[in-house]
Amino acid sequence: MVEELGKTMEGDLIINVGPQHPATHGVLHLVITLNGETIKNVEPHLGYIHRSIEKMSESLTYRQFIYVTSRMDYLSAHINNHACALCVEKGLQVEVPARAQVIRVLMDELTRIASHELWWGAMAMDLGALTPFFYAFRERETINEIMEETCGARLTMNYMVPGGVLQDLHPDFQRKVKEFIQLYKRKIHEYDELVTGNIIFQNRMKGVGYLSPEDAISYGCSGPVTRGSGVRSDVRKIYPYEIYDKLEFDEVLETGCDSFARYLVRVREMEQSVRIIEQLIDNIPEGDYQAKTKAVLKLPKGEFYQRVETARGELGVYIVSEGGTTPYRIKYRSPGFSNLSVLNKIATGSKLGDLVAMMGTLDLVIPDIDR
Amino acid sequence: MQNEELKATITELLPAATFEEGGEWVNVQVEAADWLALAQALRNNPALNFDYLFCLTCVDWKTHLTMVYHLSSTQYRHNMVVKVKLDRNKPEVETLSAIWRTAEFHEREVYEMFGVNFLNHPDLRLLILPDGWEGRNPLRKDFEDPINMIKL
Amino acid sequence: MWSLSQIAGSIHEWLSTTFNPTIALILEMVIAGVAIIGLFAVLGLVLVIMERKVAAWIQIRLGPNRVGPKGLLQSAADTVKLLVKEGMTPDGADKFLFNLAPFVAMIVAMLLMAPIAFAKDFQLWDLNIGVLYVSSVSSIMVISILMAGWSSNNKYSLMGAMRSGAQIVSYELSAGLAILSIVVLTGSLQISEIVQSQANGWWLFKGHIPAIIAFVIFMIAVTAETNRAPFDLAEAESELTAGFHTEYSGMKFALFFLSEYVNVFIVCAIGATLFLGGWMPFHIGNWEAFNHIMDYIPSSIWFFGKTFFLIFLIMWFRWTFPRLRIDQLLNLEWKYLLPISMVNLLLMTALAILGWHF
Repeated sequence: MVEELGKTMEGDLIINVGPQHPATHGVLHLVITLNGETIKNVEPHLGYIHRSIEKMSESLTYRQFIYVTSRMDYLSAHINNHACALCVEKGLQVEVPARAQVIRVLMDELTRIASHELWWGAMAMDLGALTPFFYAFRERETINEIMEETCGARLTMNYMVPGGVLQDLHPDFQRKVKEFIQLYKRKIHEYDELVTGNIIFQNRMKGVGYLSPEDAISYGCSGPVTRGSGVRSDVRKIYPYEIYDKLEFDEVLETGCDSFARYLVRVREMEQSVRIIEQLIDNIPEGDYQAKTKAVLKLPKGEFYQRVETARGELGVYIVSEGGTTPYRIKYRSPGFSNLSVLNKIATGSKLGDLVAMMGTLDLVIPDIDR
Repeated sequence: MQNEELKATITELLPAATFEEGGEWVNVQVEAADWLALAQALRNNPALNFDYLFCLTCVDWKTHLTMVYHLSSTQYRHNMVVKVKLDRNKPEVETLSAIWRTAEFHEREVYEMFGVNFLNHPDLRLLILPDGWEGRNPLRKDFEDPINMIKL
Repeated sequence: MWSLSQIAGSIHEWLSTTFNPTIALILEMVIAGVAIIGLFAVLGLVLVIMERKVAAWIQIRLGPNRVGPKGLLQSAADTVKLLVKEGMTPDGADKFLFNLAPFVAMIVAMLLMAPIAFAKDFQLWDLNIGVLYVSSVSSIMVISILMAGWSSNNKYSLMGAMRSGAQIVSYELSAGLAILSIVVLTGSLQISEIVQSQANGWWLFKGHIPAIIAFVIFMIAVTAETNRAPFDLAEAESELTAGFHTEYSGMKFALFFLSEYVNVFIVCAIGATLFLGGWMPFHIGNWEAFNHIMDYIPSSIWFFGKTFFLIFLIMWFRWTFPRLRIDQLLNLEWKYLLPISMVNLLLMTALAILGWHF
């Protein structure tokens, strides 16, 4: 930090937000240059939770490395697993049974709702309202219980494997999911009443953290961050995978380009996810939940890239194979990493209090950024 | 634009480019010296308009390093992959951070993980690794950490 | 009827018959001091457990429920924990000011207890400028916060203290104007007289719309003055970790914590005295029977009931609203509350001169 102190101008205040700070939701370290309360520069320092998953995966087999990815973006563990499974399947050219495909999409969308619920609570907490967190967890808890029954885990599911899913659905799955949808529809209006419609909240969010569509693209943002700026970026729509091209749902777009637009995108996205689940929950086809694959997977020589839409944006898995049982090189293009890079751009010139609001709407998950 | 058309357009822009067959996307190999000019053309050519650099990484092939750029266009939705071969002992390539701002962060990551030197990068410092790791590049294949290495 | 003033009177009688007047006065002072400290501690405990229970109720959870019956002893246990904790002083801190600040906060809170009428004829010091005394002494609070923020030698603390300084000083204006609008009606700054003037109805009802506006402004301003959400910028935990008391631990932190809650109690007590008739029972016009039943409820219960109702309101704010930004906070005061309360004061003065109030 010493060399940075030397660089600054007279009258600037440098504060370290993080690595232990209540607003960074993890071990993100931001070095912020302030002029009074106004932010002049934000510089992220990463690596506090870097486990070098890419290096680790180089010595794990194609069945093993998927489990590590649950620990990247732990809030959308299913979707990370899904991306890896799809990428390996692309290499193996395995046809996934219809039942497994439906189960995967169901799990993905449940994960998306759970992730957005947590984001919603944490976002409001960043702005000083503690109560929404508990309301969000009320619904999230039911999803976690559904996951627990079927996958045996609540956070790092490791449920999707190359060729399908690890085991069949729990017999109660359909009933519980329907119950959840009922609960969700009964309670969702509380979200708007408690937070979205609140005048203080709107004043804190509107016009804050302006991200133009050009910048959103240039900075490589993805997910709700770009859709809040009116740029179409939903991988499920643009490059459909699994059965998303057969489903009816809308890509939520807002044109406000500010924190409030990004907030609205995520809240509306939960409704779209519920729509997808409603279409599928009564139509889970019978059959195998896993395709027959060899015990030891070997990908042919070549490169495979698969992108999926996680709750935070576009996750890319890039596998370089030399034909062996382990990948030669794996690169995870994590949505949080690119979304974080835009923070300095949108935060400069605003007040310190708004920084946490912006970080909230970028929905940063630090293990996803560090990997 | 379909893959064949893309190939034709790129050959027009850079006759020296070679194409790798297989894979779902157009796979171009270019020399490090030609890359910046081609990148600008890819970004600014209205028929191509590759405005979204969604993945930037490097692969260590033990004999050489390969920079891998995944590009797509938010207008036409076509994708392509560009590969740039670098000398392993003195890897140097022009930065793309002026064309795609996301490259700034991704290049810093590649710089510390693979030791690739990005020329004219505005802020080429360690991003993830702590101070004192300059010159030790964890994602290179010959990296050995005497203390924390876990062999599987 | 058995009331607080009778207990106080009999103690006074016994002391003055047993000892000579000087010693009796000294003893009375000691008793009063001990009573204030006792009240201070009890209020801290009660308000903390109340806050936690209210928060739990709003947040659809249970709250503390393990220590004692229904968790009521939780804050007592917390106090013991805080007492035995090490009170650390950071190396870079200005040690004298750092250690002094929590005591200043506590002393201010205690001083404010003096003129409050807890029940009928039960008041420590009925000075003739009671309201003025309260509003002037409560502004010393900001000094302790600035002291704590500056002496901690921590950037977060300093920013919290600066925010708090700007905030308290500006919100004092509209709180003062809201208080003034009641003083205009009563024509006296003495607390006992203000209460007496409400014998036939509370000012909130007697003073028409200006009184209601003044009450709303008063509640907003005191919420800001006591640094509570949505105006808790001085300790905004998501921005400044803990603001001015980041570096405090153990009992020194507890004193800040305690004085915050006692301040909340005091401002609510003042609000209850000015707008809700203090210890005056609730009377409705000519309903003799109803009024009679109301008179049977002891005056102390009326006072604490009203005060705790206002405290509940402030807690309700805290657990519902998000926090304001610093510029919005100052905008709210200087662009909205202050002009409104000035115009309101004019209206109220006209009302008082013309005698249009009840």
